[in-house]
Amino acid sequence: MITLSQFDLLIASTLVLLLALISMRMRTGITGQLVIAAIRTALQLTLIGLVLKTLFANVQLGWVALLSLFMLLIAGREVMVRQERRFRGWWGYAVGTFSMFLSSFAVTIFALIAILGNDPWYAPQYAIPLLGMMLGNTMSGIAIAMDRLTHAAWEQRNQIEARLMLGERWDTAISEYRRQAVRSGLIPIINAMAAAGVVSLPGMMTGQILAGAAPVEAVKYQILIMFLVSAGTGLGTLAAVSIGARHLFDKRQRLCLDRLRER
Amino acid sequence: MLGPVNLSVNAGECLCITGPSGGGKSLLLRAIADLDPHAGEVLLDGIPAQDVEPEQWRRQVGLLPPESSWWLPQPGDHFHNGMPVSLEQLGLADSILQQPVSRLSSGERQRLALLRLLANQPGVLLLDEPTANLDPDNTQRVERVIADYLDRYRAAVIWVSHDRSQVQRVASRHLELDHGAFRDQAVELHT
Repeated sequence: MITLSQFDLLIASTLVLLLALISMRMRTGITGQLVIAAIRTALQLTLIGLVLKTLFANVQLGWVALLSLFMLLIAGREVMVRQERRFRGWWGYAVGTFSMFLSSFAVTIFALIAILGNDPWYAPQYAIPLLGMMLGNTMSGIAIAMDRLTHAAWEQRNQIEARLMLGERWDTAISEYRRQAVRSGLIPIINAMAAAGVVSLPGMMTGQILAGAAPVEAVKYQILIMFLVSAGTGLGTLAAVSIGARHLFDKRQRLCLDRLRER
Repeated sequence: MLGPVNLSVNAGECLCITGPSGGGKSLLLRAIADLDPHAGEVLLDGIPAQDVEPEQWRRQVGLLPPESSWWLPQPGDHFHNGMPVSLEQLGLADSILQQPVSRLSSGERQRLALLRLLANQPGVLLLDEPTANLDPDNTQRVERVIADYLDRYRAAVIWVSHDRSQVQRVASRHLELDHGAFRDQAVELHT
């Protein structure tokens, strides 16, 4: 395995700088975001490297749980800001975060205990990266699906209310938009699974191979991850869309668009 | 937004409501159909709305909004309970049920929406400008169909209209909904 020096990374960073220069001259208006994102990547990943190093040295459930919670809360915020018309107040944060907690944590713990069978089961070397993969993917799925759901409710309010006026229940009145939302949340992971190995070499597997792992072993892990991620994303999206759709209506099954933000 | 309102409608009666735009006529109908939260009380045959499942309430107290909405490709897909009134009585051809909704005129859609609502056989009809997009002939047809329905099912009708002459033709009672014209907050409906 070839160990990278800081100088190696510096060379790679000149490529990003080059891109930034070009985009500045083209007045794309995105140079600032590009540079900030690159700096964030370097800082955040260095930091998590140090955290993981410390965590690996002190294997304790409490610390693993604390880091997991931190990751969950950040992911929850990310899901929230990606929805244009999210729920007002703490609901906007809670729906996504709770669904992610349900699906990501359940699937990760299941994989750690039933598949990897480590001792202790929460060994951070496995638990944290696995949870990170889960959260990262579940996050996009839920954000896309919720954005779609709240958007549809807003745009198609006349249609939904017309169905209520004719005596349909709330869940029938919104069923089509609920289905569409779940579908759009699942498309990215389905595409990723379909293209894996043919069009794209997934990042985790590539990383393992670069780090010296045998390709066949790396591939097995990748398949495991893909399965876990699709299950987690699917369950999380279903949970979020179900909770969200219900919260669009009150006890008297009225469509309550005042529960959504104006934009 | 909505001032205090107190009104009671009996079976077989048609109450016409007129008033300035933005005076809360549509909001009143929406409140009676339990589509918006409201502070008032609505009773049907003495039973308050909150004691009835919302979907049953709205089946009994059917609201026809000024703009109709369709969620399936053809109008015919929206009818499950058969036709309460023939299409001909509303000046429509049978083939209209198989046409794409997007190709229908707003007047055709409005008459089909009335038909769709009547198919539920509601005991109370809340009609919000049901003839707004119609020519005089079709307006007359709609008025006749509603009058027939009222007789046949002993329904109670609340009809919001802008048209004074229409009010004179169809109303058994007429109320002008002006800001603050009514005092209490109760709506009683009888079928």
